[in-house]
Amino acid sequence: MLEIKNLHAGIDGKEILHGLDLHVGSGEVHAIMGPNGSGKSTLANVLAGRPRYHVTAGSVSYEGKDLLALPTEERAREGVFLAMQYPVEIPGVNNIYFLKAALNAVRKHHGEEELDAMEFLQLARQKMKLVELDEAFMNRAVNEGFSGGEKKRNEIFQMAVLDPKLAILDETDSGLDIDALRIVAGGVNALRSEKHSVLVITHYQRLLSYLVPDFVHVLANGRIVRSGGKELAEELEQKGYEWIEQEVAAGAR
Amino acid sequence: MNTATKPDTDVLQQIREQAGQRFEQLGWPTPRLEEWKYTNLQALQSRFDAGAFREAATPAASRSSASLPLRFGDRALGELVFVNGVFSPEASSLPSVAGLRVTTFRNASVDVLEEHFARYADYERHALVALNTANAQDGAVIEADAAIEGFVHVLFVGSDGFQSFPRNLIVAGRGSQLAVVESYAGTGAYFTNSVTEIVAEDGAVVDHYRLECESLEAFHVGTVQIHQGRSSSVSSRSFAVGGAVARNDTNAVLAAEGANLVLEGLFVTNGTQHIDNHTLIDHAVPHCESVELYKGILDGSSRGIFDGKIMVREGAQKTVSRQTNKNLLLSKTAVVDSKPTLEIFNDDVKCNHGSTIGQLEEEPLFYLRSRGIGQEEARNLLVYAFASELVDRIRIDAVREQIGRAMFQQMPGRLPDRRGEQR
Repeated sequence: MLEIKNLHAGIDGKEILHGLDLHVGSGEVHAIMGPNGSGKSTLANVLAGRPRYHVTAGSVSYEGKDLLALPTEERAREGVFLAMQYPVEIPGVNNIYFLKAALNAVRKHHGEEELDAMEFLQLARQKMKLVELDEAFMNRAVNEGFSGGEKKRNEIFQMAVLDPKLAILDETDSGLDIDALRIVAGGVNALRSEKHSVLVITHYQRLLSYLVPDFVHVLANGRIVRSGGKELAEELEQKGYEWIEQEVAAGAR
Repeated sequence: MNTATKPDTDVLQQIREQAGQRFEQLGWPTPRLEEWKYTNLQALQSRFDAGAFREAATPAASRSSASLPLRFGDRALGELVFVNGVFSPEASSLPSVAGLRVTTFRNASVDVLEEHFARYADYERHALVALNTANAQDGAVIEADAAIEGFVHVLFVGSDGFQSFPRNLIVAGRGSQLAVVESYAGTGAYFTNSVTEIVAEDGAVVDHYRLECESLEAFHVGTVQIHQGRSSSVSSRSFAVGGAVARNDTNAVLAAEGANLVLEGLFVTNGTQHIDNHTLIDHAVPHCESVELYKGILDGSSRGIFDGKIMVREGAQKTVSRQTNKNLLLSKTAVVDSKPTLEIFNDDVKCNHGSTIGQLEEEPLFYLRSRGIGQEEARNLLVYAFASELVDRIRIDAVREQIGRAMFQQMPGRLPDRRGEQR
């Protein structure tokens, strides 16, 4: 489903990823862990096509397509979703209107009929329950005045409505208390199936107790330096990142 | 209904003559004047002087009311329609509501005209007010002395080759409540020079809406002059989207204690349009409050201006005043000038003002696109969001819908195609 080869990328002319390789199969949940500055968010943003991020070498193939050649909205319509680390507030744009427009853009892209207001509301209500969001939030402006936890739950709510094939969670766990963490993980777990893949980007192992990954990768200095099963996350939690950075440094010598 | 000229009384005739002489003395404003530094009327003046525009003598009876834009029909209490400045009885409906008198300027009682006509809009200082005062043909005279539910609509429609001098008088009597919408539209190249005087007597509540939706070839110079009595409450909202060159002035004098004013404006320009908005809020006495918000959305190679002055006079202690201007530039060739000014002559006031000029922000745009919304639609959503703050404040549903439509309908097509940018 997702094949990243030798990806060199960065922001504002500064290279942060120095040749990253990653293969994500259909239905798999991959966790990318790493210390601050290792390039985790750069990876997420490059995959979603955020402005100012640029790719200098390598390739990303998504379901056989050249992902990097697609504009941001096309990636979303093809089923790539980024749950953002810092969801932006957009005053004046109604949450429910925005999400309906987004879903219908995706549906139109796939030749499906657009949902009318009633149909959409029905779907939205069902997904809202999943992330325990109050309906009142839906009639407010996008993220405006939301608490940190509400913003993250709103991201997962949007994900649930849009039903992406590849969900990328960029530090969705940061700043969440344990209840919110459980809710967010529950939302993602509900999406899991053999057709849905998830890329969880996180600094801590915490979220992974609720959202158990099939594979764990450690990102350091812009490369994946180690891959393993879920036990790798626990090992990192116990030993910290220095352990792996030292090993990598020793191996390079 | 008769449209023949009713002879002016001596007093009115005298005012007209004075105003005419004053216009001759003042001449057309030039950019050398501070108040006209951003707007050059040379193109208008030379056409005017060359007689390019003629005055209509009789209503364009051929014009079926079905083809007139911006009509409210039954949704308004009454609707007065003027075509090229001339009242069209066929297209109009006068309300019959207790406590509300609506008539045309020509049919208004001499008493009300003598009491109010040209008492507020200053033809001594403003050439285009003088020009209107000297030439005023017709318009609406609306008087309320009770709380009126609903609103009155006054519509001015221009057509190619004409000039008109609409003149309106709105008098909200003591303790009354009144809502009035004035709209300007048309086709082709024409010149509209309007003046509306609004008097809110003690305790009166007035909601005034002005939609300037003239043809893109038209010249429009309009003034709204508000005079407020004790504890009166006035809101005047200006929506400007039309005209090749348009100048919209809204001035208010808070003349008695406890008066409260809301001035709002939204201007949307594109192509080579030029829309200049001037406001003057005169806090003449203590304990008054004014809140002002103007927003501009500028695209193409258009130019927009917000020039707003708040004057707090020496004796006007405990004045509270807030002025904000925000502008959104959608193209690299659009220009906006923002000039908020406070002139305060005492130190016991709470006043602040601010202005911003910016482009659509990258982050919200990316957020919307990252959910599958196309670049163009995402841009439109954000532009609407910027504008809707003002449109949403229109309290009357029918008015909000009509003005919203007028401001927004052309926007998507008017926005340039920028797909491919920011990949």
